[in-house]
Amino acid sequence: MSSKAVVPVSAPLDWQYAPSRESTGIVALKERYGLFIDGKFRAPLSKKYFPTINPATEEELAEVPEAGAQDVNRAVVAARRAFDEDWGSLPGKERAKYLFRIARMVQERSRELAVLETMDGGKPIREARDVDLPLVAAHFFYYAGWADKLEYAFPGLHPEPLGVAGQVIPWNFPLMMLAWKLAPALAAGNTVVLKPAETTPLSALHFAELASEAGLPPGVVNIITGAGATGGALVAHPGVDKVAFTGSTSVGKLIRSQLAGSGKRLTLELGGKAAHVIFEDAPLDQAIEGVINGIFFNQGHVCCAGSRLFVQESIHDRFVDKLKRRLSTLRVGDPLDKNTDVGAINSAEQLARITELVEAGQLEGAEIYQPECVLPRNGFWFVPTLFTGVSQSHRIAQEEIFGPVLSIMSFRTPEEAVEKANNTPYGLSAGVWTQKGSRILWMADQLKAGVVWANTYNKFDPSSPFGGYKESGFGREGGRHGLLPYLKGIGL
Amino acid sequence: MALPATAERTSLLPGRINTATLGSYLRSVSTVDEVGVNERVAALSTRSIKKDSKLAALELAVSMMDLTTLEGKDTPGKIAQMCSKAMRPDPVDPSVPSVAAVCIYPAMVPHAIEAVRGSRVKVASVATYFPSGQVDTKLKIEETRRVVELGVDEVDMVIDRGAFLSGQYFKVFDEIRKVKEVCGGAVKLKVILETGELGSLDDVRRTSMLAMSAGADTIKTSTGKVQPAATLPVTLVMLEAIRDFYSATGVQVGMKPAGGIRTSKEAIRFLVVLNETLGSGWMTPDWFRFGASTLLNDVLMQIRWLKTGRYQSADYFTKD
Amino acid sequence: MTRLDVRKTYKLYINGEFPRSESGRSYPALDSHGGVVARVALASRKDLRDAVRAARMAVPLWAGKTGYNRGQILYRIAEMVEDRIETFADQLTLGGLTIARARSEVIRTIDRLVWYAGWCDKFSQVYGNLNPVAGPFFNISAPEPTGVVGVVAPAEPALLGLVSRLAPALAGGNTLVILASEPEPLPAITLAEVLETADVPGGVINILTGSPVELVPWLADHMDVNGLDATGAAEELRIRIDQGSVHNIKRVVAVDDPDTQSPFLIAAFTEVKTVWHPKGL
Repeated sequence: MSSKAVVPVSAPLDWQYAPSRESTGIVALKERYGLFIDGKFRAPLSKKYFPTINPATEEELAEVPEAGAQDVNRAVVAARRAFDEDWGSLPGKERAKYLFRIARMVQERSRELAVLETMDGGKPIREARDVDLPLVAAHFFYYAGWADKLEYAFPGLHPEPLGVAGQVIPWNFPLMMLAWKLAPALAAGNTVVLKPAETTPLSALHFAELASEAGLPPGVVNIITGAGATGGALVAHPGVDKVAFTGSTSVGKLIRSQLAGSGKRLTLELGGKAAHVIFEDAPLDQAIEGVINGIFFNQGHVCCAGSRLFVQESIHDRFVDKLKRRLSTLRVGDPLDKNTDVGAINSAEQLARITELVEAGQLEGAEIYQPECVLPRNGFWFVPTLFTGVSQSHRIAQEEIFGPVLSIMSFRTPEEAVEKANNTPYGLSAGVWTQKGSRILWMADQLKAGVVWANTYNKFDPSSPFGGYKESGFGREGGRHGLLPYLKGIGL
Repeated sequence: MALPATAERTSLLPGRINTATLGSYLRSVSTVDEVGVNERVAALSTRSIKKDSKLAALELAVSMMDLTTLEGKDTPGKIAQMCSKAMRPDPVDPSVPSVAAVCIYPAMVPHAIEAVRGSRVKVASVATYFPSGQVDTKLKIEETRRVVELGVDEVDMVIDRGAFLSGQYFKVFDEIRKVKEVCGGAVKLKVILETGELGSLDDVRRTSMLAMSAGADTIKTSTGKVQPAATLPVTLVMLEAIRDFYSATGVQVGMKPAGGIRTSKEAIRFLVVLNETLGSGWMTPDWFRFGASTLLNDVLMQIRWLKTGRYQSADYFTKD
Repeated sequence: MTRLDVRKTYKLYINGEFPRSESGRSYPALDSHGGVVARVALASRKDLRDAVRAARMAVPLWAGKTGYNRGQILYRIAEMVEDRIETFADQLTLGGLTIARARSEVIRTIDRLVWYAGWCDKFSQVYGNLNPVAGPFFNISAPEPTGVVGVVAPAEPALLGLVSRLAPALAGGNTLVILASEPEPLPAITLAEVLETADVPGGVINILTGSPVELVPWLADHMDVNGLDATGAAEELRIRIDQGSVHNIKRVVAVDDPDTQSPFLIAAFTEVKTVWHPKGL
């Protein structure tokens, strides 16, 4: 007869997840980088460098060049030569194969690039690994297939590239933005000079190495690092035929005025203050996830973030309760921990901007809610924040915060929701949650936004065009439409 | 978030309860977006549970198991062996907790009660003509009564899926209510929704709300006889229903995924979903159970690997 | 003493496996001088029946993949063919081609696979669209795969001919049952080996070697085959195909220039589905 060992049943478990840190050993960081011009890394003629730090720890990662006017010129000249002599006349099917190769190589080195992206920018490794990097590979793969099919893209179009594209990208999705810019430009037959943001230069430089390994001819892609002045010199350079900029609306306006009369083609992808509309018949728990993703994904450093929440009044309190409860399960902290949901704020400057606007929100009379949160001592952090009792005129309802801060308002009827949603100079994206199909389609028609997400949010695909109305910019990236800005003859 | 002043199980239902009014109520229950549910599950499945937190989860998982045998070929001998394992899962390591319960057919109840006497392991019996439930209500109640008389701690009943799918909501509701009455206060009632036979996650949510309103102490996914059985999406939907029910009525209801959970990795995923949906208040065998048979050995092997640092062989764990 | 080589056995490719013909038959594959190079399976109507069954079972899986995934798989097929350029080229020289011509055929095959790979995730952008109907309705037309497509591969070019038929139907989301070139069957079986290593799920592509005269009528009459690419079929067989297709209204396609590559060859094996939904409160 076996012994009946009695062991007590455990008490309710307050389950804390042990840290699960992704190792950084996979990344081979240099101490100092060069500019990638004409197929090689070169020291800047400006002789100037600046540091890039890890915003989660404030540790310096490396030094990168600050490209001056002469460096910019060198890069543009290289791109021009590559266009005139190599790339511009290469058959589409060969261009395609370079891009397919790059896509495959990105897939192979995904983990390394994701870790690097997290270290340089502060986003959670889970997001870099599961969202950013797969989309980078996907963009190259998608546009590779267009390179030799351009004549099918638009009826009557005789596809011709523009020449040299100058591209300036932001710090929120560094490598993904690089892919969004490079892939269509190269597929269409252009060559490129690209400037990554000053706080996140590293993944672009590692990408340059990868492109070189892929055998991409020298000068086809050139990466120059620097800040505002470098970007300014690039877009103004007379050798650049086409400018593409993603960043803040204020800089976008500056570029627009700089380019006036120059004859250069231009596309702009600027800021947003998206309305996220929840009807009473929405699938509520999934809508909560959509709202959370909409504003806290990437710490809210997202141009299409759902930063203005409009909840139908009949479910407002219940919905806000659920939201507050959900906030308590968000894990804020070390971006390299695989369990982190909300990472570091990208820079001290951005943190100051967010802080200022949140203070303004409180002063203007909105009610703030922040869950209990232990933040690391070093680095730049902001607790996920909700504001209720917000009015349309409050700064937190008008200005783009670009941080993990949600402004909540209510509405009674669909017409009211539409009126409030459209009452903004921006028009990048919007979200709608409802059971009713006809209402989704009606709302989609009425909303002045370039991307409408219904019963979902923050979905991206290389085949799906993305871009804004009004002051959120013009031109589309992704899909068939994403080729237009890089081809001649459309008069834009 | 404030709870209502008194716990009132039927407070969400209309005053007059019949098929028509229940139908209206069920249609008013929030819908579920399947794509969204699958995304939430996928995100929660990326949680990386390591070291101490992994060991704690695995030990909790053992203590939450309803070790199950529901086969035509069950015999008293088989029951005795399974009960022995239930009380002492790891022959070599006494610090591994016993499981929560054994789950068996009515005919085996007396043997199980005898076998676990003196231990903390509970005896749960299926009833209501498990697994199909395709008989008159009268017979289902009689079977339940018999099983309660035999002295079980818990009853696992099945809902009438045919009645639900054909819109006979009162029949479904009333059967649960009657079974709960027979159970009385001492015997805990688990209600099996058989989610694999329901058409959609909307129906999973609806049957959850119906079962809880009718008296379920725990809602359970499956009989294990139909595929798919317990999946993470279905579990998430049921946990969310439990959450909404609790915040609206103050009544706490447990949850049991059953069937198809075979590995430690999967079990931990279920615990992550539980933890992040309902929190620590439910992280105990009183409020969460795994209906499993082969899962136990995989969890035991994982526990021993964590404690010894050596990958394990199935030869060192008993097959009952 | 010279080393004795280990000769390959050439079998059919059905449902991701390499069975011999259930009939136990085989026939000699000859080189351009009439010498026997190898024996290959002589497929029977039962093998064909099994292949169609496998292709049917694979339909939900293949049609259910995203265009991106199908594109990646087609690209991987190209990667694997590239890896075996010499093997394929050697087999093609048996048909009388010079090694240079043979290699050129393999290279064109690879480039054709890459071309079609790039269509998988953009074809519906070109061939599907929103329809501006005169009313408050959302109306969209999208191409969907036809289902199981039978292919009679041309006698030659033995590799490029087959792949030119395979790639567009596959890119469109269809599953395939292919009757390989009768005189030059070896490249088809080597291709089957490539498919096995290229992440193509079993059953999506099935390749039979044998006699078109014997097998085409069974394919043409089969009620569970939705489309048929008759480009490689001889004249008298084409008529037989048209007659057989009457029973279940098969979509029959025969391209004038087998060397064409075009998205409209993808379209040939798709069905356009149009969906309406009101827009309103």
